[in-house]
Amino acid sequence: MNTVTPPEYLPENSGDTARLTRHFRAERFDFGSFFFSGLTGLATLLILGILATILLNIIVNGWSAISWHFVSTIPKKDFFDANTTGVLPMIVGTSFRVIMMTIFVIPVGVITAIYLTEYAANTSIITRIIRAAVNNLAGVPSIVFGLFGLGFFINFVGKNLDTVLHNTSAVWGQPALIWASLTLAVMTLPVVIVATEESLKAIPPGLREASLALGATKLETILKIVLPQALPGIMTGGILAVSRAAGEVAPILFTGVAYYMASLPAHLSDQFMDLGYHIFVLSTQSPNIEQTRPILYATVLTLLLLTFALNIVAIIIRSKIRRKMRSLH
Amino acid sequence: MAEISIPRVAVTQAQAGAASAQSLIEIESLSLFYGATKALKNISVTLGERVVTAFIGPSGCGKSTLLRCLNRMNDLIDNVRIEGSCKIGGHDIYSPDVDVIELRKRVGMVFQKSNPFPKSIYENVAYGLRLHGVKAKSDLDTAVEKSLRQSALWDEVKDRLHTSALGLSGGQQQRLCIARAIAIRPEIILMDEPASALDPIATARIEELILELKKDFTIVIVTHNMQQAARISDYTAFFYIGELIEFDTTGKIFTNPSKKQTEDYVTGRFG
Repeated sequence: MNTVTPPEYLPENSGDTARLTRHFRAERFDFGSFFFSGLTGLATLLILGILATILLNIIVNGWSAISWHFVSTIPKKDFFDANTTGVLPMIVGTSFRVIMMTIFVIPVGVITAIYLTEYAANTSIITRIIRAAVNNLAGVPSIVFGLFGLGFFINFVGKNLDTVLHNTSAVWGQPALIWASLTLAVMTLPVVIVATEESLKAIPPGLREASLALGATKLETILKIVLPQALPGIMTGGILAVSRAAGEVAPILFTGVAYYMASLPAHLSDQFMDLGYHIFVLSTQSPNIEQTRPILYATVLTLLLLTFALNIVAIIIRSKIRRKMRSLH
Repeated sequence: MAEISIPRVAVTQAQAGAASAQSLIEIESLSLFYGATKALKNISVTLGERVVTAFIGPSGCGKSTLLRCLNRMNDLIDNVRIEGSCKIGGHDIYSPDVDVIELRKRVGMVFQKSNPFPKSIYENVAYGLRLHGVKAKSDLDTAVEKSLRQSALWDEVKDRLHTSALGLSGGQQQRLCIARAIAIRPEIILMDEPASALDPIATARIEELILELKKDFTIVIVTHNMQQAARISDYTAFFYIGELIEFDTTGKIFTNPSKKQTEDYVTGRFG
């Protein structure tokens, strides 16, 4: 064993060495630190607790009521009867409106983001106005989007379309799948724009320069170098938009959802039934609350599973793209 | 060290090349402004064909800015204004009828930080060719192989042409960027400190490559490394705070410069 001799300027066993050693020992109880770590821990637990309560409640109560028959049946007029009801039209309606929304929102959002990051001068007034508009759009309550959809898409676009096409009765000038999807697309536009912008900004400027220096035009550079790189980020925007839209009811309330339909929607101008809205109907319109409760739980569970499934599909596609980008061919 | 064996040979080559150079790039009283700041002050210089010209000078002296004038990469920056003229092969590249795409096809560029595309090695080299309309697979194959051979990378990558370029080492990536630049057969290659991020061995390989490429291309290189300029260039231009202080054969600049500032810089007294 080596003995460490204290340096000469510290006399052996002097009070100085003792004081130095003592200095590193925790003497005071650090109340502030204890309190704050406890607080953050509690906050985390609270969130986990809330999520677990919601999920467990729905899964435990919904699992016994959900069945193949339930998810594959088109209900008769009385959908409050647990034995004969089903949610097939609602699953179809919700899926359709979410998928159609994605088809509308991705191109518009991506093109807007490309304009903002690649073309617009950052300091110009127009760019600042567009950015402010995007941010404010994200803050508009969803019921307002519903009213906008009714006023703009149905009463303005739809009605005029009917006039132009010489329809004798309202075909487009009424609530429909297409108007509900478009309203949702307007609502989720900021999500897609912001996610795409972030992924475009993350691409090293050196790649753009390299492409331009080889004589590529700006458009060629965007299409061949920038966009393929940004694809996973754009997908993330799509996933967020799908998650947000799947559960929204307010924007479709005036623009396309139906209380009851005897058949599945077959046309863009058809109305549709929707899982979220059906949950509202079941919990407010039932003549017998006790009898309806299991159906309600099963419907909620179906909506959760559907949202989950739509997300999983998008995540799988994104990871496939990522893997392809990494391995190349 | 691999580096040390090169310089003497290089300097003699440089002096040999210097005598027979024909002018290709003529810059006349060129000034460049970033907003109100004058970054290049009234530069006039004529650069020769199929020689290596080095731009040296302390950071911020404008050497990279001047380099980027030659393929109009400064166009991409807002608030840049250019006065004077810059002719390549007798044609003013800033005149309104110039097609920038065509210019950049003739004036290639290699950047300080190697920037291969996140594509395969093959696709990196083929990118410029595809842009300019080469479609047939056999043509692409031939051109890709030729460029990779010319950039001394072929033997290292021929068995993995279709794997990601990002898997290459730093030095290999930079040689791939050179291969990508020469694939479209430019007349001039601009190099902006191409070896500054590389280790001495990778640097030596790039320098050998530059001496090799000189036979077919006109090369303008910006470098911070004085020995590098001495080893590979035929002519050297010394810049200081936006001004061209001295331009002469590399041998003269490094052994007998006519300006005091040049002498101070090349002997390491400031910079």
